[in-house]
Amino acid sequence: MSSPSTTGTSHASRDDTTCAGSPPRQPVSSRHLWQQALNKTLPVMFGYIPLGAAFGVLFTQLPLSPWLGLLMSLVILAGAGQFLAVALLGAGAGITEVFVATLLLNSRHLFYGLSLLERFRAAGLGKLYLIFGLTDETYSLLASLPRSGERDDPVARRDDQRLMLRITFLNQSWWVLGTLLGLAAGQLSFDSSGIEFALTALFVVLGIEQWFALRERWPFMLGLLVTLAGLWLLPEDQLLLGSIAAACALLLGQYHYQRGKQQPHVTPAPRDDHPPHGKSGARRTEHNQASEHTTP
Amino acid sequence: MTTLQALLLIAVSAGATFATRALPFVFLSRHSAHPLILHMGRYLPAIVMVVLIIVSLSAMQLPDMSESAHHISAWQSWLVSAEGAGMLVAALCVAGLHLWRRNALLSIAVGTGLYMAWLQLGGV
Repeated sequence: MSSPSTTGTSHASRDDTTCAGSPPRQPVSSRHLWQQALNKTLPVMFGYIPLGAAFGVLFTQLPLSPWLGLLMSLVILAGAGQFLAVALLGAGAGITEVFVATLLLNSRHLFYGLSLLERFRAAGLGKLYLIFGLTDETYSLLASLPRSGERDDPVARRDDQRLMLRITFLNQSWWVLGTLLGLAAGQLSFDSSGIEFALTALFVVLGIEQWFALRERWPFMLGLLVTLAGLWLLPEDQLLLGSIAAACALLLGQYHYQRGKQQPHVTPAPRDDHPPHGKSGARRTEHNQASEHTTP
Repeated sequence: MTTLQALLLIAVSAGATFATRALPFVFLSRHSAHPLILHMGRYLPAIVMVVLIIVSLSAMQLPDMSESAHHISAWQSWLVSAEGAGMLVAALCVAGLHLWRRNALLSIAVGTGLYMAWLQLGGV
C-alpha cells in the first residue's frame, strides 16, 4: 500500500515554513485518505460484521427493544465488553457490578493509550473520538501506521490525525453495521463460520509490519514468552489483560535497568547492550538479513 | 428490566469503557515526551500484537460465552484439535504470504478463506 503523502510531497523540504519562495506542503486529499482508511479497515470489516452480528443476535434474546442494542454499539464500542454487558443485562446486574466488570475487562486499554499519547496529542476535539474508538483492532491499525519522521511538520501531523479519525470511524461503522444485521435477522442464515479469523490474520499481518518497522527481535520474544506463560498460569478470562500488563511491567523494568546501566558511562553503552534507538543504523545493518527471518 | 434501567446500565458500561481508554491521556498527556513514554510507544505495539495473535488464536470461540470457558481452559488439547491445527496452518500461511508479498489484504483474504474452507468443508 503506497502512501500518497510520501509520493506526492517528496519535494517538500524541512524548512518549507520558513522559506517563503517554495510552495508549502499540500495536505493529502480527503478522498485519498478515505481510500487509504478503507483499504486498511477492510480486514476489520470481515471480522467486525460477523462479530457485530453475533452480538446483535445475542441481544435479541433479551426482552428489550432492539434499538438499545444499536445504542450499545454506538456508545460503548467494545467487542467482549458488549457481550459481557448483554450477559449482565440478562442477569439483572446492578450498576456497581456492571461498572467494575467492564472496567476490569477493558483495563488492557490503559496500556494502549500509553503508546499513543504522542500521536493523539494535537487532535483537538477529534481526540475524544479517537480515544473512544480505541478497540483492540483500531489500536492495532493506528499503532502500525507508518511512523512519520516529520513530527514537527504540522501538515504531516494533521494528515496523520485525519487518517486515524477515518480509520476509527470506519471500524465503528463495520461494528454498527454488523450489529444492525444481527438485530434485524435475529439469527444468522448464512454459514460464515470461521470468518472472524480475519481479525487473527490482521494481527499476524500487523505483527509482521511491526517487525519491519522495528527490526529488533526482543519485543516479539518478550510478547511470546509472556503470553505463553499466561496461557499456562492464568485463567482464560484474564489472559489478555494479564499478558499485556506483565509485558508492560517488564518493559518498564527493562527501561530502568537500561538507564541504570547507562548512567555510569559517559559514552553511550555498546550497541548490543541496549536496543539501538537510532532506527536508521539498525535498519541498514539488518536489512540484508530481513528475507531470512521468519515469523516474529 | 425496564428500558430506563437498561439505559442506565448501558451508560455505565459506556462510561467504564471510555474511562479505561481515556485514563492514560488524562494523567500522562503532559509527559508525552518523557523517554519512558517514548520507550513504551516504540515497543509496546509489537508486544501487544504478539499477545493479540496468541490470544485470538486460543480464543476463537469468544462470542459464545458459555462454551468458551471449556474451550479455552482445555488449551492443551487445542493444538491436536482439527480446529486449532487448521487455525495454526492458516496463520502460518498468512505470515508466509505477508513476508513474501507484503500485501495485507491478500495475506488476510487468503488466510481467512483457507480457514473458512477448512472449517466448513469438513475439517472439524
